[in-house]
Amino acid sequence: MSEAISPKQSSAHLPAALKQAGLDVEACYQCGRCSAGCPVSACFDLLPMQVVRLCVYGQEDLLQRSQTIWLCAACETCTTRCPNGIDIAGVMDLLRRRVLAQKLKPGQPRVAAFHKSFLRSVRRWGRTYEAGMLGAYKLRTGDFFGDLKLGLAMLSRGKLRMLPRRIRRRREVKKIFKQKGKIE
Amino acid sequence: MRLSYYPGCSLTGTAREYDHSVREVARLVGIELSEIPDWNCCGASSAHMTDHELAIRLSARNLLLAQPEGRDVLVPCAACFQRLRRADLALKKDPKRWGVSDYRPSFKIVHVTPLLSRPDFLLKIREQVTRRLSGLRVACYYGCLSLRPPAVTGAVRYEDPRGLDLITEALGAEPVSWSHKTECCSGSLTMARPDIARALVSDIAKAAGRAGAQALVVDCPMCHANLESRQSDDSPLPVFFATELINLAVTGKSTRKQWRQHLVDPRHLLGSVGF
Repeated sequence: MSEAISPKQSSAHLPAALKQAGLDVEACYQCGRCSAGCPVSACFDLLPMQVVRLCVYGQEDLLQRSQTIWLCAACETCTTRCPNGIDIAGVMDLLRRRVLAQKLKPGQPRVAAFHKSFLRSVRRWGRTYEAGMLGAYKLRTGDFFGDLKLGLAMLSRGKLRMLPRRIRRRREVKKIFKQKGKIE
Repeated sequence: MRLSYYPGCSLTGTAREYDHSVREVARLVGIELSEIPDWNCCGASSAHMTDHELAIRLSARNLLLAQPEGRDVLVPCAACFQRLRRADLALKKDPKRWGVSDYRPSFKIVHVTPLLSRPDFLLKIREQVTRRLSGLRVACYYGCLSLRPPAVTGAVRYEDPRGLDLITEALGAEPVSWSHKTECCSGSLTMARPDIARALVSDIAKAAGRAGAQALVVDCPMCHANLESRQSDDSPLPVFFATELINLAVTGKSTRKQWRQHLVDPRHLLGSVGF
C-alpha cells in the first residue's frame, strides 16, 4: 500500500519547501470546498483536497507523478474559496516547479511543453510571439495537425502575426531569465 | 484623466480588436492613455505556473517602467492585470528580496471593467449612446483573473460580479441572470488540452443559452479567444468585448470591417436587433 495517502508515508522535504515559500497547508480540515468548486476536477487523478493532504504528509512522489498538477488551469477558485486561507493554486505552482527542477517527467508532457515554448518565446523577444511559439510547441510535441483549421482561421483574420514584435531592451528580459532564483 | 496603459501581448496579436476598442472607449469618456514604454510580457500564465521567481521579476520590470509616470495603470487583460497586481504586492511586501528598495509606487493597477462601471463613467457612456442595443440579450462572462483571488484583485463581489452587467445595461442591452459568470473556461489549457477546453466552454455556452442569452460579453482576451474557438460548430454564440459593444452603441454603426477579426461572425445577430 505504498500508494495510500497516509501519515505513515510522510517525509519532511516538501513541507519544508512549502513553509519556505510561505505556503501554509496545515490548516486544512478536508471540507472539500476546493474540490467541489474546481472546474477541471473531473479530469484529475487527485482531487485538490487530496493534493493538500499529500502536501501535509510530504508524500511528494505521488504528487510528482500526478496529472492533476498539470491539468490545474490556475483559475484560483480553490484559493478563493478555502475557508482556511490556503493558497492551493500556489501549492500547485510550487509542485510543478519542483517536478521541473528535479528533471522528472511531467504527468502531462504536452502542458509542460506548452509552458516551455511560451517562456522561450518571451525570453527571446521580450513578448509573446504566437506563431513562433506554436511552431516550437508543435515540434516539441509532434502535434502537427491539431488546431490546423483554427490556426488558419486566426491567420486570415490577422490574429496571428508572422513576425515577432520585439521589445527594444531585450537584454533586460534575458537578464531576468538568467538571474532568476538568485535572491539579492 | 490620464492613465498609463499596459496592453499586454494578446492585445497586440490575437485580441487587437480589444486594444482598438479600449482605446476608442477611453477617448469617448475622456481618458488619455499613455502606453508604458518598452513594456515586456508579464509571463502569464506559463511563468507563474512553473517559476514563481521569474513571474514576479517579469511583471516587476513593467511596474518599474510605470513608476516614473506615477499614474494608475490600465490593464485590459485579466491575466496581465492579476500578475501585475501580484508583483506589486510582492515588491511592496519585501522590496529587499526583489532588489527594489526604492519601490514606492503612487499608482494602482486597474482593470477595464471596474473602471468603466464606476457611476461617473457609466453616466458618460449613457450620455453618448446614439443607438440603444434594445432586444440584445447577453450573458456577461467574467471568468477568473480579474476577480480571483480577491486579496490580489481587490474585487468585492467576486462570486457574483456586476460590472459588465452594469455596462451592458447602460447600453440598453439585457444582461441575463445566469449560472456560469465566474466558471473558468480553462484558457491556460486550451493549446495543450483542447478537449478539456471544449468541455468547459461548451458548459458555459450552454448555460448562457439556457438563460436566454444570444451572445457572451467578456473583458479578457484569453476568455474571448477560448470561448470563440472552442464552442461546438452548430450555432455558436458570438462573443463581444464589452468595449466593442460600447463603441457599437455610441457610433450606432455595425460594419463588416469592425467584426473582421471575430471567429464567430456576430452580424446576423446584430441584424436581428436592427443593426
